[in-house]
Amino acid sequence: MEDPATAFLAGGHGPDAGVPAHSLRHAPGPYFGSYGGRWMPESLIAALDELEDTFEKAKADPEFLAEVAELNKNYSGRPSLLTEAKRFSEHAGGARIFLKREDLNHTGSHKINNVLGQALLARRMGKTRIIAETGAGQHGVASATAAALLGMECVVYMGAEDCRRQSLNVARMQLLGATVVPVTNGSQTLKDAINDALRDWVANVGNTHYLLGTAAGAHPFPAMVRFFHEVIGEEARGQILDQIGRLPDAVCACIGGGSNAIGIFHGFLDDPSVKIYGFEAGGDGVETGRHAATITLGLPGVLHGARSYLMQDDDGQTVESHSISAGLDYPGVGPEHSYLHDVGRVTYEPITDAEAMDAFKLLSQTEGIIPAIESSHALAGAIKVGRRLTESVATPSDIVIIVNLSGRGDKDVETAAEWFGMLDENGHVKGTMLSTRSAKGATPAGSVDERTADENAEDATHE
Amino acid sequence: MSEAHARTAGSQSAGSKSAAAIDRAKAAGRKALIAYLPAGFPDKQASIDAALAVARNGADIIEIGIPYSDPVMDGAVIQAATTQALANGFRVADVFDIVAAVTAETDAAVLVMTYWNPVLRMGVDEFSRRLAEAGGAGLITPDLIPDEAAEWFAASDKYGLDRVFLVAPSSSPERVAMTVATTRGFVYAVSIMGVTGARAAVANTAQAVVAAAHAAGAERVCVGLGVSRPEHVREIAAYADGVIVGTALVAALRDGGVPAVGALAKELSTGFVPAAATPSSTTGASRQ
Repeated sequence: MEDPATAFLAGGHGPDAGVPAHSLRHAPGPYFGSYGGRWMPESLIAALDELEDTFEKAKADPEFLAEVAELNKNYSGRPSLLTEAKRFSEHAGGARIFLKREDLNHTGSHKINNVLGQALLARRMGKTRIIAETGAGQHGVASATAAALLGMECVVYMGAEDCRRQSLNVARMQLLGATVVPVTNGSQTLKDAINDALRDWVANVGNTHYLLGTAAGAHPFPAMVRFFHEVIGEEARGQILDQIGRLPDAVCACIGGGSNAIGIFHGFLDDPSVKIYGFEAGGDGVETGRHAATITLGLPGVLHGARSYLMQDDDGQTVESHSISAGLDYPGVGPEHSYLHDVGRVTYEPITDAEAMDAFKLLSQTEGIIPAIESSHALAGAIKVGRRLTESVATPSDIVIIVNLSGRGDKDVETAAEWFGMLDENGHVKGTMLSTRSAKGATPAGSVDERTADENAEDATHE
Repeated sequence: MSEAHARTAGSQSAGSKSAAAIDRAKAAGRKALIAYLPAGFPDKQASIDAALAVARNGADIIEIGIPYSDPVMDGAVIQAATTQALANGFRVADVFDIVAAVTAETDAAVLVMTYWNPVLRMGVDEFSRRLAEAGGAGLITPDLIPDEAAEWFAASDKYGLDRVFLVAPSSSPERVAMTVATTRGFVYAVSIMGVTGARAAVANTAQAVVAAAHAAGAERVCVGLGVSRPEHVREIAAYADGVIVGTALVAALRDGGVPAVGALAKELSTGFVPAAATPSSTTGASRQ
């Protein structure tokens, strides 16, 4: 069989070439070139077969598709907006930057697209319990949300380090009725949460669906998760055509496992004039070894069920990744991205923590939109791409870039406050502890008598 | 039953070191005891000593596990042991020294149990060549299914290594047949839907898994996961060709060192003595 992407490249499609003869869209899996597959324990193969069968039937079932569409519209709030970021654009060489506003979805990120689809599939399979892994907490919150909506039990595995970094999301999941299990194995981040979720799944596969949150893992997960996120790219493509009458010059997204990216990329894979960029977490800098730039510096290997690029040492042991962004702190990447990298359709580059946080602040202060730190990697990348692409053009505003703003930054306020030196030595936001009044409901130190006296004093001030 | 299985035995088990070990046990009127121990736990030399101790106390096959960063099929005890081995500086190439040291000193067949990425990283052919050179019998691959094993088929044929694949309670009849057909040495029957770890009782799913593999033509089927006591060994020996013990041995090694792991192997092998006789009177008699 002819490799579609090789044919695509061999055709020499320049910016003005027509639609390629071989589509890169709707790749069905299990393999994307030499990537993907099922590197999984035999115990789970039957569940993967059942899931694949259920998914393939659902995909062709108008009733299922209508159910997904109805939830997307009336629950998630789709279509998400495409917002031109005019003041932010000035910092990107003058290229026009448009933001695909996945941050405006219910639960605050793109993750809801996938969880609603998979939760509906779980219900079709008669499963009553869903389990999920989460890094930043976005997927865990989305999973807990879908479970609440469909009346299912939900258990979320989350690295203990991520629980610390994203404690508010832990509380959100609990408020939604989910059980959060902090994972203290290994690096205590996303990969270890996936390990524990897989262990749970092996033991409870009869009533449990593993609601994997990214376009990675064993077949059918990469193709299935992409399917539920394709709506991002389809909407964005239609919206940009509506707003400016043509396709963009570039599309940018951040890459952890790569689900938001594959969702928006999919809409443009067969448009040869559209350059596509994926931005990985460069952490402290790829030269420091403390990063999560899997494609940039990794080697093909197998982890969590798929063959893909992987951060590994000479022995094939997974190397711990590092990123300020919990959602990108993963040493693997979805297999379709490995393929798109190898065939040259998508360009993958690292963005450091510092570059991402600069972009985080810039978008907040130029557009009034606080982005997720994950999405800030895409914004930082778009600034670079914008400067590059406008270098050789007479009118910078002729260059149009869409950035997938995959999530909102509310969950990251504490991390950002720490990064920008907004906290005092006690971890409080500077200037917020000046009140001389005792807090209502607080238990002041001291004897009962003193407390009573204090309360009386406070009461007196109210009178 | 044995006549039906003889058809496949010729093609898939000729020259198999683990099949030969199982057959030796059978000739001695019992079933095979298969002992799992992690390489490099608590350190390299102690892992060699522990393997020799279990071999000298009744184990017919030793599984040496390669510590791996993401052991998704392992429970807490084995995870903790392999994490410690990695922290102590275990390198994958150490496993060949361990295998060579054990095969030099005992008649036990020595298999390596490994997640697949360390093998891929070294190169499947290179890994296989070095394993064969060290005297290893083959590989048990918990996260490699035959569907993805083309490279391993080629290398295991080239170097005459066993390829032990797993069948599970959830495996469809088609998958059991495919797995049995591609396995060499013995079929690893996963007793329960779960990860490694000692359990109070052997799951009642185990016997059905073994029966399915036998029915699909497997001559040698051994049961693992959750096996920790002599009474488990006795129960499984009634229907399977071998019994695999891991977590209980690792816990013994952790808590009591090499003497404890040898003593547990000896105790486990009393499970092969017919239940009708008392252990104290028949152990001596059956060995004479």
